[in-house]
Amino acid sequence: MIGFLTGPGLDHWVIAPLVITPLMGAVMILAMRNHLDLARIFSVATVSVLLLVALGLLWSSAGDTIVAYELGNWPAPFGIVLVLDRLSALMVTLTALLALAVVLYAIGSGWDARGRHFHALLQFQLLGIFGAFLTGDIFNLFVFFEVLLIASYGLMIHGGGARRLQAGVQYVVYNLLGSTLFLFALGTIYAVTGTLNMADLAERVATMPPESSSLIRVAAVLVLGVFAIKAALVPLHFWLPATYAEAPGVVAALFAIMTKVGAYAILRVHTLIFGPDVPVMAGLIGPGLLWLAMLTLVVGSLGILGARNLGRMAAFAAIASMGTVLIGIGLFTPQATAATLYYMIHSTLAGAALFLVVDLVRARRAGEDDRLIPQRPMPQNGLIAALFFASAIAMAGMPPLSGFLGKLLVMDAARADALVWVIWAVILITSLIAVVGFARAGSLMFWKRPETPQEAPLAGTGAGTVDGTVAKPVAKTRATPAAGPRQPALPLAATCGLLAAIVAMTIFAGPVSGFLSATATQLHDTEAYIGAVLTREGDAP
Amino acid sequence: MEYLFSSAVGVLAAAGVYLVLRRRTFPVILGLSLLSYAANLFLFASGRLALNLPPVWVSAETAYTDPLPQALVLTAIVISFGMTAVIVMLALGSFLSSRTDRIDMDETGTPPSDDEGRA
Repeated sequence: MIGFLTGPGLDHWVIAPLVITPLMGAVMILAMRNHLDLARIFSVATVSVLLLVALGLLWSSAGDTIVAYELGNWPAPFGIVLVLDRLSALMVTLTALLALAVVLYAIGSGWDARGRHFHALLQFQLLGIFGAFLTGDIFNLFVFFEVLLIASYGLMIHGGGARRLQAGVQYVVYNLLGSTLFLFALGTIYAVTGTLNMADLAERVATMPPESSSLIRVAAVLVLGVFAIKAALVPLHFWLPATYAEAPGVVAALFAIMTKVGAYAILRVHTLIFGPDVPVMAGLIGPGLLWLAMLTLVVGSLGILGARNLGRMAAFAAIASMGTVLIGIGLFTPQATAATLYYMIHSTLAGAALFLVVDLVRARRAGEDDRLIPQRPMPQNGLIAALFFASAIAMAGMPPLSGFLGKLLVMDAARADALVWVIWAVILITSLIAVVGFARAGSLMFWKRPETPQEAPLAGTGAGTVDGTVAKPVAKTRATPAAGPRQPALPLAATCGLLAAIVAMTIFAGPVSGFLSATATQLHDTEAYIGAVLTREGDAP
Repeated sequence: MEYLFSSAVGVLAAAGVYLVLRRRTFPVILGLSLLSYAANLFLFASGRLALNLPPVWVSAETAYTDPLPQALVLTAIVISFGMTAVIVMLALGSFLSSRTDRIDMDETGTPPSDDEGRA
């Protein structure tokens, strides 16, 4: 397969992720709407094939060739292009890997059976994410954003329930506002430059005279706002906690990549088109983004400490990790970009693992109760506690896992910046806050027992009244912990798989960060990108 | 014409923002629709306003109106139409399951009573 991919047919493989997913999604809706087993088989097979294709694309992108795939064979600034470079190949691979874990978890935990069309929605969600990573046209980016959003609306309310639907309405309203803002930004960009192709835009914005720059600066800030909504940059993060906490755990795990779509878009658009070296952009994006990113990190960490249930805690951990990612992006140097990419991959995997652990806990406590209160031990208490411990260490950025290395790389990259001491202080102090928050949550959930003296004997019988207010609904509904229903092994395997990927990232940190350095260099070398996309313009008859 | 057009966009957007900030889902959805109309008009105007001109450039013509924003507006209209349908269904489902159409929620999980804070 690899040989196939590096051959002359390579160009056409770029579009494969965008063809396979909607095709399988449609097949699942049309032919398998009542056949869950069939849909499961096809879903696992499709995601596995996607992972193979993504690995092939990653392999071929490592040769430093940027492939521009012209849809309908229209030459570049007129038609829509898909662009495969190291960064997009990397993000596609990460998405496919995450999707495999999510699909396996959803099947094992039975989440996909709690509502209809889980697997089809997942395919369309993947289509949107892959498209956003691969496209080289900014209006097409908007369209793929909408694709991934509309699929995510369906996934977010999967399984139903009053709370989830209410949170879903908020999520949709927030993102529709974001989409409207995106349209305004695109209108402004088109009015000023007359093009929507990213490479063409980069060329035109770079040569704009600084004295007539006000409109394009407005457009740059508007698109930053749109991407910041996706990336949950404070103060645009308000959609995230309720959404992630109320969504099914497995969907929240998939959404770990969604905030990274926003980060990717900032990275792409604000280095390629509105880069810090562009005369009209001088000093516009970087400093402000850096301060807001630090604020994001602080808010996220305080949220971890202050959260009263596990789902919200994991959501705030996701916000905090985006803070670190965006600090790296806000520095806008190749070294910082390489560091932030490392942390971004790590935090996607760690965030997803944490949400899966949250779901494991919910599945084992009565009424899916994930409040941070002491309860009687759940089935497999020790194992779940160990998984929580590992993912919390990863999320907080403690050694020995890759979160530590990622934060170290970001801090190292910040050394050249004027704000180095502020950045270091923020990262280190928030890490401490996060550690305290996770430790408190973990000991409350897994270690501490209810204080009510009657609780222990009652736990054996599972009946009677309890005067403790906090544990009241649980004691009534819950059977004896040890004799609970047998827990399926596949969800545990999927969670362990994600954690194993984090361990692998730690062990192979050298090669991975070598690849990421090359990725960052390629990203900041905008000439190469523009050349690859617009190269055929002159050749066209 | 430019003044008329831009003030129309401005009024639509202002009304949309006002409605989005209301507390009930219905005005919020109306506000989103108005905002998307404003965005569509804005997109349309991004190719410059021109009267009675052909949409594509023919060598005989010296002036033409830009066809691309019209294609963009079509895409945007289709998407916002679909999204509005989705959010109407979602809001309806949320109203029917929680018996309140308030857009905010409190942390405890009990939906706020329907009487307080009428929007």
